[in-house]
Amino acid sequence: MSDMDDMDDGSGIIKKFMFLNRKAPHGTVYALEGLEVVLITAAFDQDVSLVFTDDGVFQLMKGIDTKGIEVKDFSKTYRALEGYDIEKLYVDQASMDARGLTEDDLIVDVTVLSVDEMANLMAEQDVVISF
Amino acid sequence: MPMVNIAGKEVEVDEEGYLVDLSQWNEDIAKYMAVEEKVDLTDSHWEVVNFLREYYAEYQIAPAVRVLTKAIGKKLGPEKGNNKYLYELFPYGPAKQACKIAGLPKPTGCI
Repeated sequence: MSDMDDMDDGSGIIKKFMFLNRKAPHGTVYALEGLEVVLITAAFDQDVSLVFTDDGVFQLMKGIDTKGIEVKDFSKTYRALEGYDIEKLYVDQASMDARGLTEDDLIVDVTVLSVDEMANLMAEQDVVISF
Repeated sequence: MPMVNIAGKEVEVDEEGYLVDLSQWNEDIAKYMAVEEKVDLTDSHWEVVNFLREYYAEYQIAPAVRVLTKAIGKKLGPEKGNNKYLYELFPYGPAKQACKIAGLPKPTGCI
Protein backbone atom coordinates (compact mmCIF):
# COMPACT_ATOMS: atom_id res chain seq x y z
CA MET A 1 0.00 0.00 0.00
CA SER A 2 3.07 2.26 0.04
CA ASP A 3 2.37 3.76 -3.37
CA MET A 4 -1.00 4.98 -2.09
CA ASP A 5 0.78 8.22 -1.25
CA ASP A 6 1.31 9.10 -4.90
CA MET A 7 -0.14 12.55 -5.44
CA ASP A 8 -0.12 14.49 -8.70
CA ASP A 9 -0.97 18.02 -7.72
CA GLY A 10 -2.83 17.49 -4.50
CA SER A 11 -6.11 16.77 -6.22
CA GLY A 12 -5.41 13.27 -7.41
CA ILE A 13 -5.36 10.41 -4.97
CA ILE A 14 -4.54 7.29 -6.92
CA LYS A 15 -6.35 4.18 -5.81
CA LYS A 16 -5.85 0.63 -6.93
CA PHE A 17 -8.90 -0.55 -8.84
CA MET A 18 -9.42 -4.13 -9.88
CA PHE A 19 -12.08 -5.07 -12.38
CA LEU A 20 -12.97 -8.70 -12.16
CA ASN A 21 -14.50 -10.20 -15.30
CA ARG A 22 -16.17 -13.55 -14.67
CA LYS A 23 -18.74 -13.99 -17.40
CA ALA A 24 -18.74 -15.12 -21.04
CA PRO A 25 -18.58 -12.19 -23.48
CA HIS A 26 -22.07 -12.53 -24.89
CA GLY A 27 -25.43 -13.63 -23.54
CA THR A 28 -25.37 -11.04 -20.79
CA VAL A 29 -24.35 -7.40 -20.90
CA TYR A 30 -21.76 -7.72 -18.11
CA ALA A 31 -18.64 -8.04 -20.25
CA LEU A 32 -19.39 -5.08 -22.51
CA GLU A 33 -20.57 -2.86 -19.66
CA GLY A 34 -17.52 -3.82 -17.63
CA LEU A 35 -15.26 -2.84 -20.50
CA GLU A 36 -16.99 0.53 -20.84
CA VAL A 37 -16.55 1.22 -17.13
CA VAL A 38 -12.85 0.37 -17.46
CA LEU A 39 -12.43 2.78 -20.36
CA ILE A 40 -14.14 5.53 -18.41
CA THR A 41 -12.06 4.85 -15.30
CA ALA A 42 -8.96 5.30 -17.45
CA ALA A 43 -9.83 8.99 -17.75
CA PHE A 44 -9.31 9.42 -13.99
CA ASP A 45 -5.68 8.27 -13.98
CA GLN A 46 -6.20 5.48 -11.50
CA ASP A 47 -4.15 2.33 -11.02
CA VAL A 48 -6.29 -0.17 -12.91
CA SER A 49 -5.93 -3.94 -13.11
CA LEU A 50 -8.17 -6.22 -15.14
CA VAL A 51 -8.69 -9.81 -14.14
CA PHE A 52 -10.34 -12.50 -16.25
CA THR A 53 -11.48 -15.58 -14.45
CA ASP A 54 -14.08 -18.36 -14.84
CA ASP A 55 -15.93 -17.91 -18.17
CA GLY A 56 -14.52 -14.37 -18.26
CA VAL A 57 -11.39 -15.76 -19.95
CA PHE A 58 -13.52 -16.30 -23.07
CA GLN A 59 -13.79 -12.50 -23.40
CA LEU A 60 -10.16 -12.42 -24.55
CA MET A 61 -10.36 -15.23 -27.07
CA LYS A 62 -9.00 -14.66 -30.54
CA GLY A 63 -11.20 -15.16 -33.57
CA ILE A 64 -14.57 -14.43 -32.01
CA ASP A 65 -17.26 -14.18 -34.69
CA THR A 66 -20.55 -12.64 -33.56
CA LYS A 67 -22.26 -12.46 -36.96
CA GLY A 68 -24.57 -15.36 -36.16
CA ILE A 69 -25.87 -13.76 -32.96
CA GLU A 70 -26.07 -10.27 -34.47
CA VAL A 71 -24.25 -8.40 -31.72
CA LYS A 72 -21.16 -6.25 -31.88
CA ASP A 73 -17.83 -8.05 -31.50
CA PHE A 74 -16.04 -5.89 -28.95
CA SER A 75 -13.14 -8.30 -28.42
CA LYS A 76 -10.91 -6.06 -30.55
CA THR A 77 -11.44 -3.28 -28.05
CA TYR A 78 -9.29 -5.09 -25.48
CA ARG A 79 -6.37 -4.33 -27.79
CA ALA A 80 -7.11 -0.60 -27.41
CA LEU A 81 -6.56 -0.74 -23.64
CA GLU A 82 -2.83 -0.19 -24.03
CA GLY A 83 -3.56 3.18 -25.61
CA TYR A 84 -5.63 4.00 -22.50
CA ASP A 85 -2.57 3.15 -20.36
CA ILE A 86 -4.27 0.06 -18.99
CA GLU A 87 -1.56 -2.53 -19.20
CA LYS A 88 -2.18 -4.80 -16.22
CA LEU A 89 -4.19 -7.70 -17.54
CA TYR A 90 -4.30 -10.93 -15.58
CA VAL A 91 -5.93 -14.28 -16.22
CA ASP A 92 -6.54 -17.13 -13.82
CA GLN A 93 -4.48 -20.21 -14.61
CA ALA A 94 -7.10 -22.71 -13.41
CA SER A 95 -9.85 -21.08 -15.47
CA MET A 96 -7.65 -21.24 -18.56
CA ASP A 97 -6.74 -24.90 -17.92
CA ALA A 98 -10.34 -25.92 -17.32
CA ARG A 99 -11.30 -24.48 -20.72
CA GLY A 100 -8.31 -25.79 -22.64
CA LEU A 101 -6.97 -22.29 -23.31
CA THR A 102 -3.39 -21.02 -23.38
CA GLU A 103 -1.99 -17.51 -23.74
CA ASP A 104 -1.68 -18.13 -27.49
CA ASP A 105 -5.48 -18.28 -27.74
CA LEU A 106 -5.85 -14.74 -26.39
CA ILE A 107 -6.09 -11.49 -28.32
CA VAL A 108 -3.88 -9.50 -25.91
CA ASP A 109 -0.79 -10.08 -23.78
CA VAL A 110 -1.68 -11.16 -20.27
CA THR A 111 -0.03 -12.34 -17.09
CA VAL A 112 -1.21 -15.77 -15.98
CA LEU A 113 -1.58 -16.07 -12.21
CA SER A 114 -2.07 -19.00 -9.86
CA VAL A 115 -4.85 -18.92 -7.29
CA ASP A 116 -2.43 -17.81 -4.57
CA GLU A 117 -0.92 -15.05 -6.70
CA MET A 118 -4.41 -13.86 -7.61
CA ALA A 119 -5.44 -13.78 -3.95
CA ASN A 120 -2.40 -11.66 -3.10
CA LEU A 121 -3.09 -9.25 -5.94
CA MET A 122 -6.68 -8.93 -4.83
CA ALA A 123 -5.64 -8.23 -1.25
CA GLU A 124 -3.52 -5.27 -2.45
CA GLN A 125 -6.48 -3.49 -4.05
CA ASP A 126 -8.42 -0.55 -2.67
CA VAL A 127 -11.47 -1.32 -4.77
CA VAL A 128 -12.58 -4.55 -6.43
CA ILE A 129 -15.50 -4.39 -8.85
CA SER A 130 -16.94 -7.59 -10.21
CA PHE A 131 -18.75 -8.02 -13.53
CA MET B 1 -34.76 8.38 -33.23
CA PRO B 2 -34.74 11.27 -35.70
CA MET B 3 -34.22 10.73 -39.41
CA VAL B 4 -32.43 13.27 -41.54
CA ASN B 5 -32.26 13.52 -45.29
CA ILE B 6 -28.67 13.81 -46.47
CA ALA B 7 -28.04 14.16 -50.20
CA GLY B 8 -31.30 12.39 -50.98
CA LYS B 9 -30.75 9.54 -48.52
CA GLU B 10 -32.68 9.01 -45.28
CA VAL B 11 -30.31 8.30 -42.40
CA GLU B 12 -31.01 7.78 -38.73
CA VAL B 13 -29.15 9.85 -36.13
CA ASP B 14 -29.30 9.80 -32.35
CA GLU B 15 -30.54 12.64 -30.18
CA GLU B 16 -27.11 14.32 -30.32
CA GLY B 17 -26.88 13.98 -34.08
CA TYR B 18 -24.45 11.04 -34.25
CA LEU B 19 -24.99 8.56 -37.06
CA VAL B 20 -26.71 5.40 -35.78
CA ASP B 21 -25.54 2.94 -38.45
CA LEU B 22 -21.94 3.65 -39.29
CA SER B 23 -22.03 1.43 -42.36
CA GLN B 24 -24.19 4.15 -43.97
CA TRP B 25 -21.37 6.68 -43.72
CA ASN B 26 -20.12 8.41 -46.85
CA GLU B 27 -18.49 11.72 -47.72
CA ASP B 28 -21.84 13.48 -48.12
CA ILE B 29 -22.74 12.53 -44.56
CA ALA B 30 -19.35 13.77 -43.34
CA LYS B 31 -19.93 17.10 -45.08
CA TYR B 32 -23.44 17.38 -43.62
CA MET B 33 -22.17 16.65 -40.10
CA ALA B 34 -19.36 19.17 -40.58
CA VAL B 35 -21.86 21.90 -41.47
CA GLU B 36 -23.88 20.99 -38.35
CA GLU B 37 -20.69 21.32 -36.30
CA LYS B 38 -19.68 24.55 -38.09
CA VAL B 39 -16.41 23.02 -39.26
CA ASP B 40 -14.96 23.82 -42.70
CA LEU B 41 -13.47 20.53 -43.83
CA THR B 42 -9.90 20.83 -45.11
CA ASP B 43 -7.38 18.10 -45.93
CA SER B 44 -6.13 18.36 -42.35
CA HIS B 45 -9.63 17.66 -41.04
CA TRP B 46 -10.02 14.72 -43.40
CA GLU B 47 -6.74 13.30 -42.17
CA VAL B 48 -8.12 13.15 -38.62
CA VAL B 49 -11.53 11.88 -39.76
CA ASN B 50 -9.93 9.09 -41.79
CA PHE B 51 -7.62 8.27 -38.90
CA LEU B 52 -10.65 7.87 -36.63
CA ARG B 53 -12.37 5.55 -39.08
CA GLU B 54 -9.26 3.38 -39.23
CA TYR B 55 -9.03 3.41 -35.44
CA TYR B 56 -12.65 2.31 -35.15
CA ALA B 57 -12.18 -0.47 -37.71
CA GLU B 58 -9.24 -1.77 -35.70
CA TYR B 59 -10.57 -1.42 -32.14
CA GLN B 60 -14.37 -1.07 -32.47
CA ILE B 61 -14.50 2.05 -30.30
CA ALA B 62 -14.22 5.77 -30.71
CA PRO B 63 -11.17 6.83 -28.68
CA ALA B 64 -11.21 9.32 -25.82
CA VAL B 65 -9.50 12.59 -26.76
CA ARG B 66 -6.36 11.83 -24.76
CA VAL B 67 -6.00 8.50 -26.52
CA LEU B 68 -6.73 10.02 -29.92
CA THR B 69 -4.08 12.69 -29.40
CA LYS B 70 -1.45 10.12 -28.50
CA ALA B 71 -2.36 7.78 -31.35
CA ILE B 72 -2.25 10.62 -33.89
CA GLY B 73 1.15 11.65 -32.56
CA LYS B 74 2.40 8.14 -33.17
CA LYS B 75 1.00 7.90 -36.68
CA LEU B 76 1.24 11.43 -38.05
CA GLY B 77 3.96 13.00 -35.92
CA PRO B 78 4.17 15.14 -32.78
CA GLU B 79 3.29 18.36 -34.64
CA LYS B 80 -0.19 16.88 -35.13
CA GLY B 81 -0.49 14.77 -32.01
CA ASN B 82 -1.14 17.62 -29.63
CA ASN B 83 -4.17 19.39 -28.21
CA LYS B 84 -3.42 22.74 -29.81
CA TYR B 85 -3.38 21.36 -33.35
CA LEU B 86 -6.46 19.18 -32.86
CA TYR B 87 -8.52 21.85 -31.06
CA GLU B 88 -7.72 24.35 -33.82
CA LEU B 89 -9.26 21.89 -36.29
CA PHE B 90 -12.16 20.90 -34.03
CA PRO B 91 -12.75 23.71 -31.50
CA TYR B 92 -15.58 21.96 -29.64
CA GLY B 93 -13.52 18.88 -28.95
CA PRO B 94 -11.63 16.76 -31.47
CA ALA B 95 -12.99 13.45 -30.23
CA LYS B 96 -16.59 14.62 -30.13
CA GLN B 97 -16.70 16.62 -33.35
CA ALA B 98 -14.38 14.54 -35.48
CA CYS B 99 -16.14 11.34 -34.40
CA LYS B 100 -19.47 12.79 -35.43
CA ILE B 101 -18.13 13.75 -38.83
CA ALA B 102 -16.51 10.31 -39.18
CA GLY B 103 -19.87 8.67 -38.48
CA LEU B 104 -18.69 7.06 -35.25
CA PRO B 105 -20.56 6.95 -31.94
CA LYS B 106 -19.69 9.45 -29.24
CA PRO B 107 -16.39 8.41 -27.64
CA THR B 108 -16.44 6.08 -24.66
CA GLY B 109 -14.74 7.64 -21.69
CA CYS B 110 -15.55 11.10 -22.94
CA ILE B 111 -16.54 13.05 -19.85
